[in-house]
Amino acid sequence: MVNPVLFWIIAAITVIPSLALLFARKTVYIAMSIVLVMVGLAAAYVTLGAPFLGVVQIVVYTGAVMMLFVFVLMLVGVDQREDLRETIRNQRWIGLVTALGLGAFLVSIVTRVSIPVAEEGVSGEPDVIAFMLFERYVLVMEVLGFLLITAAVGALVLTHVPRLKPRRTQLEVQRDRVRVGADPVNKPMPGVYARHNALDVPALDPEGKPIEASISRVLEMRDQTQEGESFRATLDDPTRPDSSYRDSTSKEDGR
Amino acid sequence: MLDLTWLLIAVPLASSLVLLLAGTRANPWGHWLGVIASGSTFVVGLGAFIQMLGLDAEERSHAVHLFSWIPGGELNLDAGLLVDPLSLTFVLLVSFVGTLIHVYSVAYMEHDPNRRIFFAYLNLFVAAMLLLVLADSFLLLFVGWEGVGLASYLLIGFWNQKPEYATAAKKAFVVNRVGDIGLIIAMGLMFASFGAVDFATVFAAAPEASTATLTATGLMLLLAATGKSAQFPLQSWLGDAMAGPTPVSALIHAATMVTAGVYLIVRSAPIFEGAPAAQTVVAAVGAFTLILGALIGLAKDDIKKALAASTMSQIGYMMLAAGLGPVGYAFAIFHLVTHGFFKAGMFLGAGSVMHGMQDQVDMRRFGALRTAMVTTWITFGLGWLAILGVPPFSGFWSKDKIIEAAFVGEGAQPWILGGAALIGAGLTAFYMSRLFFMTFHGKARWTDDQHPHESPALMTVPMIILAVGSAFLGLFLALGDRFSHWLEPVTGHVEHHEPVLPIPVIMTATLLLVALGVWGAWRKYGAADVPTTAPTASLATVAARNDMFQDSVNRGVFERPGTHLTRTLVYADAAVVDGAVDKQAEAWSRTGEVVRRAQNGQVRSYALTMLVGLVIVIFVVVQGVSKPCSRS
Amino acid sequence: MDPINFVILAAILFAIGAAAVLLRRNAIVAFMGVELMLNASNLALVAFSRIHGEIDGQVMAFFVMVVAAAEVVVGLAIIIAVFRARQTISLDEPAELKG
Repeated sequence: MVNPVLFWIIAAITVIPSLALLFARKTVYIAMSIVLVMVGLAAAYVTLGAPFLGVVQIVVYTGAVMMLFVFVLMLVGVDQREDLRETIRNQRWIGLVTALGLGAFLVSIVTRVSIPVAEEGVSGEPDVIAFMLFERYVLVMEVLGFLLITAAVGALVLTHVPRLKPRRTQLEVQRDRVRVGADPVNKPMPGVYARHNALDVPALDPEGKPIEASISRVLEMRDQTQEGESFRATLDDPTRPDSSYRDSTSKEDGR
Repeated sequence: MLDLTWLLIAVPLASSLVLLLAGTRANPWGHWLGVIASGSTFVVGLGAFIQMLGLDAEERSHAVHLFSWIPGGELNLDAGLLVDPLSLTFVLLVSFVGTLIHVYSVAYMEHDPNRRIFFAYLNLFVAAMLLLVLADSFLLLFVGWEGVGLASYLLIGFWNQKPEYATAAKKAFVVNRVGDIGLIIAMGLMFASFGAVDFATVFAAAPEASTATLTATGLMLLLAATGKSAQFPLQSWLGDAMAGPTPVSALIHAATMVTAGVYLIVRSAPIFEGAPAAQTVVAAVGAFTLILGALIGLAKDDIKKALAASTMSQIGYMMLAAGLGPVGYAFAIFHLVTHGFFKAGMFLGAGSVMHGMQDQVDMRRFGALRTAMVTTWITFGLGWLAILGVPPFSGFWSKDKIIEAAFVGEGAQPWILGGAALIGAGLTAFYMSRLFFMTFHGKARWTDDQHPHESPALMTVPMIILAVGSAFLGLFLALGDRFSHWLEPVTGHVEHHEPVLPIPVIMTATLLLVALGVWGAWRKYGAADVPTTAPTASLATVAARNDMFQDSVNRGVFERPGTHLTRTLVYADAAVVDGAVDKQAEAWSRTGEVVRRAQNGQVRSYALTMLVGLVIVIFVVVQGVSKPCSRS
Repeated sequence: MDPINFVILAAILFAIGAAAVLLRRNAIVAFMGVELMLNASNLALVAFSRIHGEIDGQVMAFFVMVVAAAEVVVGLAIIIAVFRARQTISLDEPAELKG
């Protein structure tokens, strides 16, 4: 017989997180909730006298399957937002009613039957399972081996992307760049004065004008750059004897 | 050597494939490869023959197992060869005559750009013909049977740039198919009644089978034989088959392939033993065809077609003999062998004449060729004497025996069959002499641009060899009944039967009729002038010139009704069968249009449907169980 | 406490998984619903194995896990292939099945 406290704990950590499947918005949260459900199920197996299955459940589901799900989530982008508005007419309420009805129906049937419980639960130790697997069910094991191989090959085939064109060499990349009229050489480096780490200071051309292309676009968008002229002006300012002292405040000055 | 007989089929087949696949680069040596392949079959055949001579009569049947061919359930058939005196006789005839004709063709086809392909087809023919005679089951025989049919078709239509030649090839093919149906049905009958199609099993089981089964099988075999051997009623293709090159006519349509029908009848002797009715039909067909062929031969002016008619008539003799039962089997095969020699020789002679006369075939344009072509004249003359049945030449020994055998029996049958054979001999004498005199004697009626000359040695040497065979082979084989004894393991021992007339009387009557025929022909065509255009003649002559209207009969009796029947069937098929199917399909299509709306393409909607179905199923199952299930 | 309660728990989890498959449009979430249904059936198998005192139920559950693993591999590969082709994993998007 099963400890009731243990049962209620298991019920709680399986049913409640699994509701995330219906109500949570972020897929990663759902995946993590299911991991919890799987752990709860593993506990249930151990409680029911199947320690081997419990371990396998942890290894296979929480360790492999759910991690695979998370990997795939990462591949397709975690920000795949889901619009929760229903698009198929009547799908939502018919689906809910059917699913709930199925659940209620099953529960009602199960509660109506009474099955005498065996006094002594069987031992689900690995050696017992192993004898079963490799004696009575050995043919099924072989067939499952085929199935796994086929599935692995199938996954390879499905996700394989054949290279349609030969890999472009550096020479070809460079030729294309010249052909479309882009910069034939590298863009100029920022920070000609090297007075500080200068990534936010544009380079100056021979006439003394700042070259906008020499600093990162990201810095520009964040408004974290300094205008060349103002910086030069500060440098040339004779009233500032120690220019290196001003570096920390140059950002505010540059505005 | 007996176990090497598979080489007989493999070597010419391989050579044929090489010649066909090697392309034009084989042109310089291809024909010699063909000759060597054919010659090697004769060497192997001769080796097997010598080895078999060393065996006792009872052991002269050797089975060569090749491979398991159709190992399927009730039908378990192995491909194997049966080497016995009968098949070995054919092997020697086919390979010897075939090799000579190969050599002859080297010169005859010299100016043809496709000579290599010609030799490939000839080799294919030799392979198929040897497979036909060596097979140890009807099904394997059928493979060879179709093989020679194919080779015949390819060779008749060898110059298929002429539409009428191509048509002739097609005609031969189609008529032969009619006969093949007979063979297929016969095999089906055998499989149904004996559960096997190999010779050994079928012949062992034949004596116990019912007469009706055996008669039906025998008649179907006869149908096959009439198709292949150009016997009535399937004789119409042979005349047109002369469209092929002359060596083909000599080899296939005189010496070997057309005699396959006789082989089939003799080989199936155990079946015909139990079916006297079928046997009588065989003899009747033979007798009828021998007269029919002779009558056609009387009127033909085309030298090759006249020879073809003569072939038809001579095979009629063989069929007649084969239909007489054990008395006649040995004589049928004996006549077949001698006929193979003298008729092939005469065809080669005709080819030689055509070669010297710029492919002229009209005998009314020949005449007086004996001075221009001495060798051809002599060799042809020996063949002529042989076919007439003048002693001591080959034909006498074989044909006379058949006529004697035809007179054996009771009631009216010997008188009818024997009479037909006797009259046929007289007619043969007349038309063959007519052919011979019109070609080689009388006045020259050549057109202006013809300058007859003797053919090269490559052509004359085979003719000489065949002429020697025509002259002396019969005597050699008939002395002491050598040939009958040789065939005894297959045909069985023949106890002597007395004909209804004394033998000297029959022999004298035959010779008298022959002399009369020759004399008549000499009066009309040797001594007198022959007009260069065919004179208008009586209805009978016109009928004979037109092959007894056999084409018209075929057209009227088979083609027209067949066409109408087919049209009716096509209409019925379109209206009734297709209509029903179409309407049904339309109905389903409409239903689909309606049901299609349920398919909205939404996966989740499908999932919902499945789940609803599942709930319903569980509900029904639970309700079906009256008491809540409990294990006590 | 009677192990039959675990069967009831399995039924509830199965219903939740089925509802997820029916209601969520994100293919990965629906797929996780399928996984939950499989696990619910596994739980029922193990519970019955305990009730009947026979080990075959556990072995069957093990087989179900193997099959589920194979199914996950292929299913996720399909999801990735579909995502590559149409830049979305919404179940409502591929409507080629429409009749």
